[in-house]
Amino acid sequence: MAVAEHRATGSSGPSFLTDERTRAIVFQVVTAVLVAAFLIFIVYNTSVNLEKRGIASGFGFLTEPAGFDVAFAYFLDFSATSSYGMAFFVGLVNTLVISAIGIVLATILGFAMGVARLSPNWLIAKIATVYIELVRNLPLLLQILFWYFGVLAALPKIRQSLPLIGGAELNNRGLYLPQPIYESGFWVVPVLFVISIVVTVVVARWANRRQMRTGQRFPVLWTGLGLIVGLPVVAFLVTGMPLSFTYPVLKGFNMQGGMVIRPEFMALLFALVFYTGAFIAEIVRSGILAVSHGQTEAANALGLRRGPTLRLIIIPQALRVIVPPLTSEFLNLTKNSSLAVAIGYPDLVGIFAGTVLNQTGQAVEVIFITMMTYLAISLLISLYMNWYNKRIALVER
Amino acid sequence: MSAATETASHHQPLPDRSPPVTEVGLIGWLRKNLFSSISNTILTVLGIYLIWLVVPPILDWVIFDANFVGDSRDACTGSGACWVFIKVRISQFMYGFYPADERWRINLAGIIAVICIAWLVIERLPYKRYVGFFALVPFPILCYFLFRGGLGLADVETAKWGGLFLTLVISSVGIVASLPIGILLALGRRSELPVIRLLCTGFIEMIRGVPLITLLFMASVMLPLFLPEGVTFNKLARALVIVALFASAYIAEVVRGGLQAIPKGQYEAASAMGLTYWKSMLLIILPQALKLVIPGLVNTLIGLFKDTTLVLIIGLFDLLNIAQTAVTSTAWLGLANEGYFFVGLIFWIFCFGMSRYSIYLEDKLDTGHRKR
Repeated sequence: MAVAEHRATGSSGPSFLTDERTRAIVFQVVTAVLVAAFLIFIVYNTSVNLEKRGIASGFGFLTEPAGFDVAFAYFLDFSATSSYGMAFFVGLVNTLVISAIGIVLATILGFAMGVARLSPNWLIAKIATVYIELVRNLPLLLQILFWYFGVLAALPKIRQSLPLIGGAELNNRGLYLPQPIYESGFWVVPVLFVISIVVTVVVARWANRRQMRTGQRFPVLWTGLGLIVGLPVVAFLVTGMPLSFTYPVLKGFNMQGGMVIRPEFMALLFALVFYTGAFIAEIVRSGILAVSHGQTEAANALGLRRGPTLRLIIIPQALRVIVPPLTSEFLNLTKNSSLAVAIGYPDLVGIFAGTVLNQTGQAVEVIFITMMTYLAISLLISLYMNWYNKRIALVER
Repeated sequence: MSAATETASHHQPLPDRSPPVTEVGLIGWLRKNLFSSISNTILTVLGIYLIWLVVPPILDWVIFDANFVGDSRDACTGSGACWVFIKVRISQFMYGFYPADERWRINLAGIIAVICIAWLVIERLPYKRYVGFFALVPFPILCYFLFRGGLGLADVETAKWGGLFLTLVISSVGIVASLPIGILLALGRRSELPVIRLLCTGFIEMIRGVPLITLLFMASVMLPLFLPEGVTFNKLARALVIVALFASAYIAEVVRGGLQAIPKGQYEAASAMGLTYWKSMLLIILPQALKLVIPGLVNTLIGLFKDTTLVLIIGLFDLLNIAQTAVTSTAWLGLANEGYFFVGLIFWIFCFGMSRYSIYLEDKLDTGHRKR
């Protein structure tokens, strides 16, 4: 405005003080100095406080023995003699495991519910609506506590555990499943499984190219199913079924044998899946609604039924709208898994920012590592989803 | 024209036959919506089975088998819910450990808040501008003194605050503080000044990349280290700051979406009119941008409201934590579901109400630029 006035009154250009560029530089320098001063203030205070309280600094504590045990340690051996660094990895793996399973299940549930809410069947649409509106408007922490203290803690005690199909047992200490024992020669089955997946992918690509070229279709689904399911099953039978199970049996005060899924894990997983599933359902619904109705009508005119219309026409176009918000739901699920600390599932926050921090007192380093880890996970998920988004984006000609 | 009409009118068409009973009325509706095909019929039957499986037990538990009378655990003899528990503890659920003699202060502030909100929401009432100003500036100051004490009122330390009261305090402070901060951050992220842009982007991405819990942990263990000796914040103030900053980063991204959706011509027209940066933002850009992002803003605010429950983890007694403490107390052991149901009901009413209001607001402010 000042510039305009100067021009209007005919004075010779802006003076030094009212020049926009000078002002911009001054403003930025002042901001930078203020922020730097604030940071120096914090760092100075922290170093003084740390010294006064006699808290060690640096990352040396990561190699020291932790001295505590963790009930859940997937893939990693963890005992009281393991280091704090190892505790970090156990927490990280626990976070990643629950996030990965949660993301897969929530996506399935969300897609099903999103499509169901648009179903021509009035009852199904209403059931989906009630589920979405109910779950979306309740705090996640409340849902986690409900599943843990309300549902799973109310399960029968270990002596009256509910027998399920296949020798599994359900009680308030968790879901006890038969544990498979692999005998020699079993390795053939997973190897063949992986090989048949690879072959199926190759066949699918070839079939797609051939359909593009000649219009002939190839039954990829049945071939793939035959390969992926059939081949390992045949191999399993041929090698003489090298697999047996140990079943959980009540001995004394606890179950012996089998493997167990702890209630903490189940409660967290149920809550995360139901909560995130409701949000994904809304995203899917809005994505499908964003596809013009003319597309559905065109598909109907071509004689496609509802299933193929959804699969071949609507979903591929809707995905372009769905993927960006879906990414942030995946990120939310991963971050929300940190609420595990409320029910004692030892995830990254629970083990590292909880137990390790309390034992070492090195708040700055611990919180720094935790935050950086979450930032890195977020970055990786968004990089992957951006790549996927680019792949399915509309190619404009 | 008139001749043609006249000749045509000689031929009286037969009256329309009524549509077949299978296409209209209840039967038609059922056929169309529930039994249009075999697969649909199967789905309907499955749906009815699901409802039969879920709804009657819940109704039994909540109403038919529930216990409403009495004043102790022993009064609960039925197999259903024990609402006696809620009845006995209701004041704790509402006010936390706030001294009973001072609760009129919360009630007073609550009544004023309800009147202000109703005044702002009901369209016909005049003087909205003044009421809005009162609600945003003098009223919070008044609330501070009412809740905390001073000006001749007895002191009530924040450790005694709790229940729904604390939840509402945290969420309203969070909402009121995070909106302006978020808008400033969004403007900063789109600023032409590289230093400002970098700082704002860094702050937003940093906050959005980590869970709220780690930030709350940071506030409770690291803030004392950051401050000079002797300067302390209480737990509640730390939580308030963190919740507001956390929400503002999310609001910034929502608002940025709105800013990017405004056509470039609007920015150019504003500067062609000779408006300064702040004037063009306040008068031209933000009113349009904020209107566009109302659904996103309300979703973020609902998220903030639900996220206030996380203060449980750093030991503040919000509504959920009060319930959690109550159900683990020995006198009322095993009544977890009653507590969660009650807390859930309150949260659900607030969140659902907010989302409905945002849909209404969106329709009201719609100036017809959207495609229908």
